[in-house]
Amino acid sequence: MGQRIVVDPVTRIEGHLRIEAEINNGKITDAYSAGTMVRLLEEILKGRDPRDAWAFVGRVCGVCTSVHSLASCRAVEDAIGVTIPPNAELVRNIMYCAQQMHDHVVHFYHLHALDWVDVVSALKADPKKTSEIAQSISNWPKSSPGYFSDLQKRLTKFVESGQLGIFANGYWGHPAYKLPPEVNLIGVAHYLEALEWQKEVVKIHAIFGGKNPHPNFLVGGMACAIGLDDVSGINAERLAYVHQLLQDAKEFIEQVYIPDLLAVAPYYLDWGAIGGGLGSYMSYGDLPTNGFADKSSMKFPAGVILNKDLSNIMEVDVRDDSEVQEFIHRSWYEYEGGDEKAGLHPWKGESKIKYTGPKPPYDHLNVEERYSFLKTPRWKGNAVEVGPLARVLIGYARGREDFKEVVDSTLAKLKVPVTALFSTLGRTAARGLESILVAQWGLEFYDQLINNLKNGDTRMANMEMFNPAKWDKTCQGVGYSEAPRGALAHWIVIEDQKIKNYQLVVPTTWNASPRDPNGKQSAYEAALMDTPVHDPEQPLEILRTIHSFDPCLACSVHVYDEEGKHISKVKVV
Amino acid sequence: MTTKPTRRPTYYEEIRQKGYSRRDFMKFCSIIGAYMGLEATGVAQVANALQKTSRVPVIWLHFQECTCCSESFIRSSHPIVADILLDKISLDYTETLMAASGHQAEAAKAKTMKDYHGEYILCVEGSVPTKDDGVYCCIGGKSAIQVLEEAAEGAKAIIAWGSCACNGCVQAAHPNPTTATPIHKLVHGKPLIKVPGCPPIGEVMAGVIIHMITFGRLPELDRVGRPKAFYSKRVHDTCYRRPFYDAGLFVETFDDENAQKGYCLYKVGCKGPMTYNACGVTKWNGGTSYPIQSGHGCFGCSEENFWDNGPIYRQMANFPGFGIESNADEIGMVAAGATAVGIAAHAIATNLRKNKLINNVIAEGKDAEKEL
Repeated sequence: MGQRIVVDPVTRIEGHLRIEAEINNGKITDAYSAGTMVRLLEEILKGRDPRDAWAFVGRVCGVCTSVHSLASCRAVEDAIGVTIPPNAELVRNIMYCAQQMHDHVVHFYHLHALDWVDVVSALKADPKKTSEIAQSISNWPKSSPGYFSDLQKRLTKFVESGQLGIFANGYWGHPAYKLPPEVNLIGVAHYLEALEWQKEVVKIHAIFGGKNPHPNFLVGGMACAIGLDDVSGINAERLAYVHQLLQDAKEFIEQVYIPDLLAVAPYYLDWGAIGGGLGSYMSYGDLPTNGFADKSSMKFPAGVILNKDLSNIMEVDVRDDSEVQEFIHRSWYEYEGGDEKAGLHPWKGESKIKYTGPKPPYDHLNVEERYSFLKTPRWKGNAVEVGPLARVLIGYARGREDFKEVVDSTLAKLKVPVTALFSTLGRTAARGLESILVAQWGLEFYDQLINNLKNGDTRMANMEMFNPAKWDKTCQGVGYSEAPRGALAHWIVIEDQKIKNYQLVVPTTWNASPRDPNGKQSAYEAALMDTPVHDPEQPLEILRTIHSFDPCLACSVHVYDEEGKHISKVKVV
Repeated sequence: MTTKPTRRPTYYEEIRQKGYSRRDFMKFCSIIGAYMGLEATGVAQVANALQKTSRVPVIWLHFQECTCCSESFIRSSHPIVADILLDKISLDYTETLMAASGHQAEAAKAKTMKDYHGEYILCVEGSVPTKDDGVYCCIGGKSAIQVLEEAAEGAKAIIAWGSCACNGCVQAAHPNPTTATPIHKLVHGKPLIKVPGCPPIGEVMAGVIIHMITFGRLPELDRVGRPKAFYSKRVHDTCYRRPFYDAGLFVETFDDENAQKGYCLYKVGCKGPMTYNACGVTKWNGGTSYPIQSGHGCFGCSEENFWDNGPIYRQMANFPGFGIESNADEIGMVAAGATAVGIAAHAIATNLRKNKLINNVIAEGKDAEKEL
């Protein structure tokens, strides 16, 4: 007889996620992923000024902040037909890089590390030995025996106070923790250092967008006018600040994040064969270097890989109504047409909330029927995984030199084959690998921005189409991005200068959604299958795999009104 | 880990244990004092309190939110502030950062609610959907309403973080499909502080907590329940671009010549004149910038119902109740077309006219506050 366990709340994520899993003979034999919060942003957007949409949808998520605003601006610009100036593209790219670096480092240390690092074990570490290990893996200066000794004393005092704060009731001492005490102590040290570091890199958003979280964007470009001869504009001081922040971020990634990743991975190589899941991956592509319309210019290439076949990369078209479709067969919705098995492209997306779950408080969801506020997106009917692993695999499989270099050198260091990437460990490693690239690209974009300014191009916004009176009576657009957690797209329909329909299909919807009408699992559920669970009372292994996706469930239920009827739908980031 | 009851170390002791000097500690106290707008004597009081007080347990709940408030909180800039708030308050429950999940997480919360009944601070991030028995936000199988009621019962005080918890924010914008409800409408009979903003500034969040643990009481609040220290001045009144407003010099469209010169953003929709917040003084991300400094108008994210206060890029004057747009337009156009001498003359006239208009706006704002 199997045992049904529930993990709710899943912590160290964004939003509200519930996992129910069936365990037989120490392994997961069935798993259900449920989003349990909705906000209905789509109904709220209807009838509003499309130029404001970036601000509303920006609030879908404050962790991967800025990514929805970016996708939204691109969707509206696509609909009204405006091309933004090169400087605005570069500023958006630099902000993208800052976000990606921030998000990945915070995920590694603050959301994921405690699945691998045993904080209590660090109390037993020998500071001298810790220092030797630290100095053998990196040139990072904070590595003396005294540094680790002081930290350890501080940690001991903390534990002895009896007030364990965020570390209370952790899974300390669980046999799945494999690191020696010294590596655990390095992990704790860098947890705290990363907490201080993370507030720095986002200052790039404050400089260009006024604040972080939730920096400001602008349809047509960016609002941060270049003013080289004025104290208010983007001048030499502001630019130097950005440059410094980009350099510091790159240094932290290269000297702390990546060495730690490579130091921890050898102890968990068994996780290179656990948690693989679907084996199908998708990326929309991002970081344009020749205008957003030129897909071939993107630093992150687009594509789809099915069934781990790296020799066959397929193209993805977000405009084609037969490609991206959403299903609601196992979600708390109903379709107007009544066809429970139909999938709809987001431009024509239609849904209406119909909660049929248990009344709270409840012990279990009825997983045999509908069990989530997330809808189920599919690409040409296929379940695909999105995120850093998808991006890295697609860049690698497309033969891009920059991707090949970081991937091959890492595989060689860890002495594992490329197939080890199809796993929980691979997902976590891919996040680090793309951070190396993004850190380099951020500085490249900066240099290009400076070059443009030197050449006298100071344009930051194209306001030609900002006046809604110039728009077609009806128009539609799509804006996409590769958010930290994966492929993100927004679809907008504009009528009479107002939003008629607005749909988001976000990364965590692809990954965390319930089953489709054919009973096929999405990425989270598939990845949990066959995962070993040592003690069902302590869901550490479940957390490892789920966290490897970096869940972001700031679910918004997007309700819109079509032909006079209120229709709703749920989404997740 | 076992939890044995020992005397809780004070902030000062802990800071010393962490290798910070007395000098660092006093510097930290001065900065916190400055954030709270204290005189030098007040700084001494902060230092004194931090040397004597133990770690206050904090439960931080998450409902209908985007987690931007938690993110902003960890952006708090002074190094020791980050330490103190993540390490010195005892953050016993927060879904964003805590190690434990599922029933271990729930058990940690239950333990604090029991062991520190009447002593813990309850922080709430997010609004609570009350429609349809609260099914639109469930945690651990319970509705947000149930979770809030349980945790509020034994709380010493409640902090409503951000616009979601203070006024419902984006999910409460028309037509508010889930009946997203702010905390003060659901919990009664407890001291409650509203810290609005989308999100609030990190240092403001830190400042509110430090005030409570330092002085052992709530900061002084305004009529709608916001700390006066951070919400008593309008962004407009503390804006470094204010002189351009007074002189009638405006950005006409984004990225125009006037935008490059950093003129006032009023005509491209800035809501600074109706927004009470600390952005112009404290600024964001360690004082790096704030929206207006980076060329985009304020859109009033700390104000009640700001999402429904009209399109972002429409001049504020078009808001119901604010009737100054034609004047500002007129003034701006006249000033732009005038000679240097003319500009000065107009500026004087403008200021006289505007003062009256501004006073009207303030009066209306106060009336609106009273209604709340």
